[in-house]
Amino acid sequence: MIRALMSVYRRDVALAWAGGGGAAAPLGFYVGVVLLLPLAMGPERALIAAAGPPLLWVAGALSVLMTLERLFQADLEDASLDQLLLAAAPLELAAFAKGAALWTALGLPMALVGGIASLTLQTPPAAAPIIALGLAVGMAGFISIGLLGAALAAGVRRGGVLIAVLVLPFFAPPIIFGAAAAAAASAGEAPFEGAFQLLGACCLFYAALGPIAAAAALRLQAD
Amino acid sequence: MITVFANPDRFMALSRYLTPILAAAAAALFAWGLPQALVTSPPDYQMGETVRIMYVHVPAAWWALGLYAAMGMASFVSLVWRHVLADVAARAMAPVGAVLAALCLITGSLWGRPTWGTWWEWDARLTSMLVLFITYIGYLALWAAIEDAQRAARLAAILCLVGLINLPIIRFSVDWWYTLHQPASVLRLGGSAIDPAMLSPLLIMAGAFACAAASITLLGMRSLIHRRQALAAELRLARSAP
Repeated sequence: MIRALMSVYRRDVALAWAGGGGAAAPLGFYVGVVLLLPLAMGPERALIAAAGPPLLWVAGALSVLMTLERLFQADLEDASLDQLLLAAAPLELAAFAKGAALWTALGLPMALVGGIASLTLQTPPAAAPIIALGLAVGMAGFISIGLLGAALAAGVRRGGVLIAVLVLPFFAPPIIFGAAAAAAASAGEAPFEGAFQLLGACCLFYAALGPIAAAAALRLQAD
Repeated sequence: MITVFANPDRFMALSRYLTPILAAAAAALFAWGLPQALVTSPPDYQMGETVRIMYVHVPAAWWALGLYAAMGMASFVSLVWRHVLADVAARAMAPVGAVLAALCLITGSLWGRPTWGTWWEWDARLTSMLVLFITYIGYLALWAAIEDAQRAARLAAILCLVGLINLPIIRFSVDWWYTLHQPASVLRLGGSAIDPAMLSPLLIMAGAFACAAASITLLGMRSLIHRRQALAAELRLARSAP
């Protein structure tokens, strides 16, 4: 069973980096959005420092949304979803493995990029690792609940906007806790641990809920 | 296909009478409650006459939440027992709930202007009602996007149940966020016990809203079932044709 999971995981990570608009495009999008903020707000340090951590989180949420449309749709079209359904390993674990692969291919690099980008957004260097760590946890939460949206809309053509409407309400709690932790860490005065722990709890809950719900939806998609 | 409609038949027979009865009850309750709410109930000592918005705002908020809970129950029944009426019920409740959530947001905005001095405040309650509204929209969008009614029903039921689990989390996080950003400084109704002269019209209006929502839901269910029956008849006809 572990082997089956690892093969799903390795396949998805490889696919994400094999070109053809996998994980590189959302990463580029992320950098682009972060770049646009100072251009829109002007170079004033205080403004950018205040807007930076929330921006890193909003851009991260949007980048995850970009990838969700094709996450299960491609598997549905080339019938590899049917193979996952036939496999001995439960579909829930396969969905989890796919989410973990997306997190490795996109979430982790994005957290690193976010940590570095936070320096350009005038946050103190000491806060950068905390921001990166928070983004890494938050991306896991976004991707986990995104699995559900992707599974629900797998059969819908051009379902990207639909997925956004389905999933955005679920993004509210992680973005609240994550952006608050990032802002507290970069301001350097308020303790950020409380928000960070709530972020972790919320994302763990999503990581448990998302694959189960996504698998339930996927079973209805393939027939 | 035909056995599935055995039970809806009984529902159709019952709802045929229940729908107009509930509509009449709603009309009677509105006729009883509206004059009290808008004319004879006392104005608030702080907010004056604007407190009358409450008699629309609060019932809309209650039933927007209540309908989502009912949709969650219907979705559960639909997923566990595969009951076609439960699908139809959840689908019929969603637009009513969405309209009530919108009504709550609009009246809240109109109420906020004279009392808080702003059309919109990022208050915890407003924000969580907005999230509820978006959740309703997402649910309806999912139904609209998937052609096969059976599959749409199951997928929407999954979404509804997960959303139901998630709403308290959103509520908690928004409360947390609000208290973090600004301490409670906004005027808020219901800190102290509400006056009985205001409570009774409020409860009558809540009853009127409940009857109206139930009647509209039944009407929606009936039209959805009629549509399914028409579709099934069409299929039968196409199959029997040489």
